[in-house]
Amino acid sequence: MTSDEMLELIGRISAQHPRLYPLFSHEFGDAVVGVEPAELLETAVDLREAGFDRLLMVTAVDRGEKFVVVYRLQSRALTAAIFLKTQVPRSDPHVASLFGVWPAANWQEREVFDLFGIGFDGHPDLRRILMPDEFEGYPLRRDFEMPGMIRRPDYI
Amino acid sequence: MALVDRIGEGLERLGGGVILTSVDALVDWSRGQSLWAFPMGTACCAMELIAASFSKFDFDRLGTFPRPDPRHTDVMILAGTITEKMKPAVRRLYDQMPEPKWVVAMGNCTISGGIFYYDTYSVVRGADEFLPVDVYISGCPPRPEALQDGILQLRELVAMESLAPGKEHPRELALPRPEGARYRREDPAPPQTADEGGDDQ
Repeated sequence: MTSDEMLELIGRISAQHPRLYPLFSHEFGDAVVGVEPAELLETAVDLREAGFDRLLMVTAVDRGEKFVVVYRLQSRALTAAIFLKTQVPRSDPHVASLFGVWPAANWQEREVFDLFGIGFDGHPDLRRILMPDEFEGYPLRRDFEMPGMIRRPDYI
Repeated sequence: MALVDRIGEGLERLGGGVILTSVDALVDWSRGQSLWAFPMGTACCAMELIAASFSKFDFDRLGTFPRPDPRHTDVMILAGTITEKMKPAVRRLYDQMPEPKWVVAMGNCTISGGIFYYDTYSVVRGADEFLPVDVYISGCPPRPEALQDGILQLRELVAMESLAPGKEHPRELALPRPEGARYRREDPAPPQTADEGGDDQ
């Protein structure tokens, strides 16, 4: 899919789904759309009905005051993939679980919970997946510290 | 205690230092010729470990043969990064190996954590934190020849062992150990109870 087609696709999706707002699109064909966290679940249902039938990945970014939760969606019919992003406050990070929309979200959301401490409301089995169960803290947060961890001498 | 160890005690009680030395030489030679390996491949070093076993490098000609069951093996080859979550499983498999047993740490990650030494929240910085490692093989990853050389060095260490408890035979090593280093390293985390890590539970 060319960048023009992708721009057109984003415009079309945004027009059909007023809750979505376009964030960014660059020439490599990656479209990024954002949504408010309260409207994430119904937007996900809409996008699935619009043809995005596959959830490739869930991840998150630590932006200081906010966490950005990132979903990568793919449509086999449209042969296109987009990023869906939503921002949650650091003080109370939680969003709705998309397990009911794409079952692939199950372990992916567990991983984000494990490493970032973001809660997923309605997740069937929200517990750590990569780290030991008794581990304390969320290691991919920027303010993570752990006793015994040795910092690189040039660590900023 | 294994039967051979009790044989060693008996021979020593008979005052047979000469006999014991001869028996030790035979036992150590036979043990050294067939160091069956438990391939504890946790990361990419396992690829070199596999390559070492196949036809081009042919580990079998040294008597080292990978077995997937710890109960059949003499030496555990740690190949790859060991995470905190994997550590109990590795220790448990080690505890299930029959005595006498040895450990070879293959690759930088098992020696010190390697590239994961700094800033890590999940990687064990060196397998000797929880296992008595006998031979260290550096490299990222080491070539199969280096691994086979490590097994040959381990064979020299096996030749130092005596059936009599607490005794070891001085031998000349191709690569000398540091001054005062014993043949057997102390186990940093021995099992607390007799049945821990033993039979299937």
